[in-house]
Amino acid sequence: MADADLANIVTTRRDESMGWLQSIVSKGLGWARKYSLFTYPYATACCGMEYMSVAASRHDISRFGAEFPRFSPRQADLLMVVGTINLKQAPILKRVYEQMAEPKWVVAFGVCASSGGFYDNYAVLQGIDRIIPVDVYIPGCPPRPEQVLDGLMLLQDKIGNQVHRIAEREEANPTAARHNLLLSMNK
Amino acid sequence: MADTLKPEAPNPDTDAYAHESELDAHLQTKRMVINMGPSHPATHGTVRLKVELEGETIVKIDPEIGFLHRGFQKSCENVTWTQCLPYTDRLNYLSAMMNNFGFLNAVEKLIGLEIPERAQYIRVIGSELHRLTDHLTCVGATGLEMGGFAPFLLAMEFRELLHDRTAELTGARLTTSFGRVGGSNRDLPEGWIPRVHKTLDQGLALLDEMEGLLTNNRIFVDRTKGTGVISAEDAIEYGYTGPALRACGVDYDIRKTKPYWVYDRFDFDIPVGEHGDNYDRYLVRLEEMRQSIRILRQAMDTIPAGPIIVDDWRIALPPKPEVYGTIEGVMSHFKLVMEGIQVPAGEVYDATEASNGELGWYLVSDGRGRPYKVHVRAPGFPVLAAVPHIIEGKMLADLIPTFDTINMIGGEVEQ
Repeated sequence: MADADLANIVTTRRDESMGWLQSIVSKGLGWARKYSLFTYPYATACCGMEYMSVAASRHDISRFGAEFPRFSPRQADLLMVVGTINLKQAPILKRVYEQMAEPKWVVAFGVCASSGGFYDNYAVLQGIDRIIPVDVYIPGCPPRPEQVLDGLMLLQDKIGNQVHRIAEREEANPTAARHNLLLSMNK
Repeated sequence: MADTLKPEAPNPDTDAYAHESELDAHLQTKRMVINMGPSHPATHGTVRLKVELEGETIVKIDPEIGFLHRGFQKSCENVTWTQCLPYTDRLNYLSAMMNNFGFLNAVEKLIGLEIPERAQYIRVIGSELHRLTDHLTCVGATGLEMGGFAPFLLAMEFRELLHDRTAELTGARLTTSFGRVGGSNRDLPEGWIPRVHKTLDQGLALLDEMEGLLTNNRIFVDRTKGTGVISAEDAIEYGYTGPALRACGVDYDIRKTKPYWVYDRFDFDIPVGEHGDNYDRYLVRLEEMRQSIRILRQAMDTIPAGPIIVDDWRIALPPKPEVYGTIEGVMSHFKLVMEGIQVPAGEVYDATEASNGELGWYLVSDGRGRPYKVHVRAPGFPVLAAVPHIIEGKMLADLIPTFDTINMIGGEVEQ
């Protein structure tokens, strides 16, 4: 039977058919969340130097409301994975991600975090999306600061267009990456 | 009721003896083991320090590396000599050009090759530019972690200016892959030298401002002076080189003791410290930046005209008209790109003075186009290895400035 398909469609429609008030709340939350990102810079390697440049006065990431690095995962909602993640580092990254409170987003900063880069060898994790979901990939080895700011703006657009709800604890996190998939699996 | 008053109970706030006894009293404490890193704001590289504490005193510390192991050596064995360059960039990513040139220098020593004079000047200029960026990042980050954000911003602004000049020279801000075996792949761009002079003028002003915020700053001095001390004998024993060794009072700089390229033509001083503490390491780095600026100005004023790469088609790519116009050019180009430079079989050790010390290269060639073995003597490794010796028995708060000023870089230590 096409039960699963049917359920999917119904879910999607229910998702879209938010009430007027609900959609206003969602937009408001999205607007607030996208301009107050608290970053957890998981800086490991070369890209960390460009992260410094982005944070410093020339490129000034604070213009985009994401200037405040928090070095505790509990206080951050944007995980920036800055640099190479090797197999020894990977479990730690996963744990840091799991420690972050919802809603949370992940940026893969540089090609090493995105795909392993040119370290195609025994030691390096071939992209952090093998262990945690990623919202925005920023290419470059390391990316220029302008590229990082562009990636941040992409993320802000994404956050602005996501469905935000006030505490629905029963459901999977609606703002997480691939949340559509999770929702349809639950139903 | 007055007769029932007992003799006064000891008052710990007023009685002298109470103070003494309180100080003598043994507080029951349990040793605590905490992890610093591998993702910690004050560890520049990704290193995990297992710290055993008794109160706030560090009893035992165990640095653990390997969180940034990227298989550098194995990667180099799979590619040609020229293709190793991008891997060398990412060893000490703060001063990529010094890694590039150090590696090329070792390869040229293995071949037995003398590079053109202009190329040697270009290498000196590139190296000193990146020595500045490295020291700026180290000093700026030290200031940042002692609680001063302004020095960090000033250092980063100077670094941005230098990145702009580096990008004009090499095409990349950070990971340059500059230079080729036998010389350089690009000449200095048109009008670049006056721009660098201007950048250095601006940078000196920023440097002065940063120094004014740190050098006599009470908080900074309190936390760095007399902390993280290592004696000259111990430093030599551990294999220290570079600013960390010179801060102990040992006058050792490869640029002076065994001049390579054209360093013997320039007039510059090697700053030497006295106490071997964090403050001296900071001062040595500051002064080295000023000396680098001196070298840069002299090198840019006296750079001779001439070829930038050797005219040997077995080593350097032939000029494009030859590649497209002659069969010899096509063949050399093809063989160089596909098979790599045929470095004669043998082994070599060669060292240059990188920003953190002696950057040594041990290369083995088996006569084919690829390295048989590439090993790096990273200056950060012995420096990190001595951290337990320096910090055991000291306070936890001393660990942060010590770790800052020794400037260990994860990429080169873990390779």
